[in-house]
Amino acid sequence: MMDALSDDGSDVNQDDTQEDVMTPAELIAKLEEAWLNEKFSPELQENKSEVVECVMEQLSHMEENLQRVKKGDAKASIHRMEIDRIRFVLSSYLRSRLQKIEKFFPHILEREKSRGEGAPSLLSPEEFAFAKEYYANTETYLKAVALKRMPPNLQTVDMLKAVPEPCLDSFVFLRVKERQENILVEPEADDQREYVVDLEEGSQHLMRYRTIAPLVSSGAVQLI
Amino acid sequence: MFCEKAIELIRELQRMSDGQLPAFNEDGLRQVLQEMEALYEQNQTDVNEAKADGRAELIPSIKLRHCCLLRNQRCLTAYLYDRLLRIRALRWEYGSVLPANVRFHMCAEEVQWFTHYKKSLASFMRSLGGGEGLDITQDMKPPKSLYIEVRCLKDHGEFEIDDGTVILLKKNSQHFLPRWKCEQLIRQGVLEHVMS
Repeated sequence: MMDALSDDGSDVNQDDTQEDVMTPAELIAKLEEAWLNEKFSPELQENKSEVVECVMEQLSHMEENLQRVKKGDAKASIHRMEIDRIRFVLSSYLRSRLQKIEKFFPHILEREKSRGEGAPSLLSPEEFAFAKEYYANTETYLKAVALKRMPPNLQTVDMLKAVPEPCLDSFVFLRVKERQENILVEPEADDQREYVVDLEEGSQHLMRYRTIAPLVSSGAVQLI
Repeated sequence: MFCEKAIELIRELQRMSDGQLPAFNEDGLRQVLQEMEALYEQNQTDVNEAKADGRAELIPSIKLRHCCLLRNQRCLTAYLYDRLLRIRALRWEYGSVLPANVRFHMCAEEVQWFTHYKKSLASFMRSLGGGEGLDITQDMKPPKSLYIEVRCLKDHGEFEIDDGTVILLKKNSQHFLPRWKCEQLIRQGVLEHVMS
């Protein structure tokens, strides 16, 4: 489908000058991976703003091409459908992130504050601004409507204690992309030996998110 | 018993488990705050007495009142926060203009919170893709078909679709329209998706 659009004479892939050139198909595959991981993980994943920006560029190109196609041409509806599908995945991805940001806002902001200089940011700059505004808005509201009318020693609420943290022990389905050895599922305890598994490439599992969280960020497993 | 009014507020919300927003219980809120004030004042008196006269037997009731104060604070913040979550859902359900009957159920501070929230959301959406912007409150469902059959539930006047044709949306008229154009109107209750 993407190739059909390039055949229309448009320059769809504008990343020629960059080192790692991704075909449109690869870009959309990356978006879908990020989308699934975000949907199925209990905590917020690393932000992928480069993918978001590239996909939006892609969508603009596709919309432009669509304007050039003759109205009523059968191709037009298929391209239209594809644009809508990609836009749905992108919107769903961003919504998923926003929902988690709102749900866990004090913890996410705390993580950003204490993150080291070189460590990658969990939030895009726009998401960070949104998260801070959400925090301020909610705090101001609670103060104005009730807290300021309470006894002096009860006029603040510790957001970190009041808002629950994501449950990292929830179970997730995953598919293994890169073989992993000696994944510690259960540590050794008084009544059991340590439970360790190897994850074969292509296999699918149902495991606690906490066990495989680093493998999701590294791309070694894909949540499904 | 202490904290009963606070629990009542929470039960009020629990009764409406479908996310509906009941009227803001200004009275209930005031009663809980008054109870907190009374408990606090009693504790102040008792603490002073306990310190001045060494009356250690006052300490259990001081502790009890303190626990009630904390419980009241917790219940109130839970009540208020749960309402915020329902109000937040309204932005995603109805769009940035709330129906009048919903707005009547919100107190002034909640309306303010909503205003700030939708501004924040709007600037976030505008900034996506390096300033290009994307309305992520659209495309809530995966696209199944390009065109859908819709029935008009109320008069909405003229409506232009992409190829320039103008459709008159009169109550009870049915049209075969592009799905992406109808989404917003369906959510607002102007159009109804007819599934045969």
